[in-house]
Amino acid sequence: MRVGILALQGAFIEHEKIIQNLGAEVVEIRQLKDLDGIDGLILPGGESTVQGKLLRQLNLLKPIQQLINEGLPVLATCAGLILLAKTIDGEESAHLGTLPIVIKRNAYGRQLASFTSDIDIKPVGSYPAVFIRAPYIESVNDDVDILGVVNDHIVAVQYHNQLGFSFHPELTNDPRIHEYFLSLIKNNHHN
Amino acid sequence: MSNERYALNKGLAQMLKGGVIMDVTTPEQARIAQEAGACAVMALERIPADIRAAGGVSRMSDPKMIKGIQEAVSIPVMAKCRIGHFVEAQILEAIDIDYIDESEVLSVADDVYHIDKTTFKVPFVCGARDLGEALRRINEGASMIRTKGEPGTGDVVQAVRHMRKMNAEIRKIVAMEKDELFEEAKQLRVPYDLVLYVHEHKRLPVVNFAAGGVATPADAALMMQLGAEGVFVGSGIFKSGDPAKRASAIVQAVTNYQDAALIAKLSEDLGEAMVGINPSEIKVIMEERGQ
Repeated sequence: MRVGILALQGAFIEHEKIIQNLGAEVVEIRQLKDLDGIDGLILPGGESTVQGKLLRQLNLLKPIQQLINEGLPVLATCAGLILLAKTIDGEESAHLGTLPIVIKRNAYGRQLASFTSDIDIKPVGSYPAVFIRAPYIESVNDDVDILGVVNDHIVAVQYHNQLGFSFHPELTNDPRIHEYFLSLIKNNHHN
Repeated sequence: MSNERYALNKGLAQMLKGGVIMDVTTPEQARIAQEAGACAVMALERIPADIRAAGGVSRMSDPKMIKGIQEAVSIPVMAKCRIGHFVEAQILEAIDIDYIDESEVLSVADDVYHIDKTTFKVPFVCGARDLGEALRRINEGASMIRTKGEPGTGDVVQAVRHMRKMNAEIRKIVAMEKDELFEEAKQLRVPYDLVLYVHEHKRLPVVNFAAGGVATPADAALMMQLGAEGVFVGSGIFKSGDPAKRASAIVQAVTNYQDAALIAKLSEDLGEAMVGINPSEIKVIMEERGQ
């Protein structure tokens, strides 16, 4: 199993270590050619404005959009979730826009408002979630499955092959969310 | 600072990795930097090259000016306080800054003590020339480290020296026997636990960026290949002929720092680089501030 990790900017190495520990192969995606033969894709935390800009400059936006629309399993965390969102609150354009949600950037405020919280995540149970200048999801289309809520705000969703979290599972020592993602890839192969 | 808060602050530095943090002096420059792909901006009244040219005492920027920049962009905003000036740091925390740089670029406020950064909620980044300085700053509560380099010169030589020295010292500690670490901790004037961390993890306990004298895409890629996890660019952008283009080229060079063909393309037609000053021509040596 070969998992691509978008490595344009941000905390991609943290995801790599977890995926490698779970026994899957990892490839860093920095250019178009890196997308060949991946079975799943991780969009890591970082700064969404930077990542979105680089996606376009490196001509990665359309090919990744197409792969996701064709059913490639994708795990997006924080900035990655902003890249996936169809609508970004207060902004005219989106990035990949494959996930039918409305997301609010820096929704909790600046760094002093960053926090951790144990929350219930549908497929894995109680999970230590780390929110850093995090976004939250303001609304979702009816067919999007809500996986987690904190203080009345949606922070985790699944929409078919797309998994999105507004916090950072890559910053905790708990691999259950990544395990769940790898199980999606396995099921995808069987179908 | 609680352990939980410290982890969150180290975490924000992790999110900045692979990115470029740019010095800006106005909301307009901040917008140019964000548009060019900066992962954060450093708000300051004068960029290091101008601080150097102006001479005199340089202090924390006007909070109003910093707030103007906070309103102009959605990416994290950092600001500098003087080494040891914990009240400047309190002020920056009060205006909800995302990261404080306790910086040798400004004048030194305390020639003995750095700020006790463990008493703050807000994260700090500090400069270091070697492993001892880096670990001392981390022990004081810094959640991110950068090389000092020699700011405002457009000359990358000191940043290279500091990064190489830090890496060489890390390799030395990794190669040591465990019972030799106690003496090494004494030599470095740092707690044993931090030396043990370096021995076991082969790296600093926090993110380490390059800073000081980076002026071209090639400079930025050089620092990345030497092991930096990201790059600060101070005077190099807004002292150059075409800031937006140069900033964007440096951002792309940091992402694809091993692709020489791409960096060649990025280096074309960037206009004038900042003029730069050689080490022998500098009167004020900023890197020696705060050890």
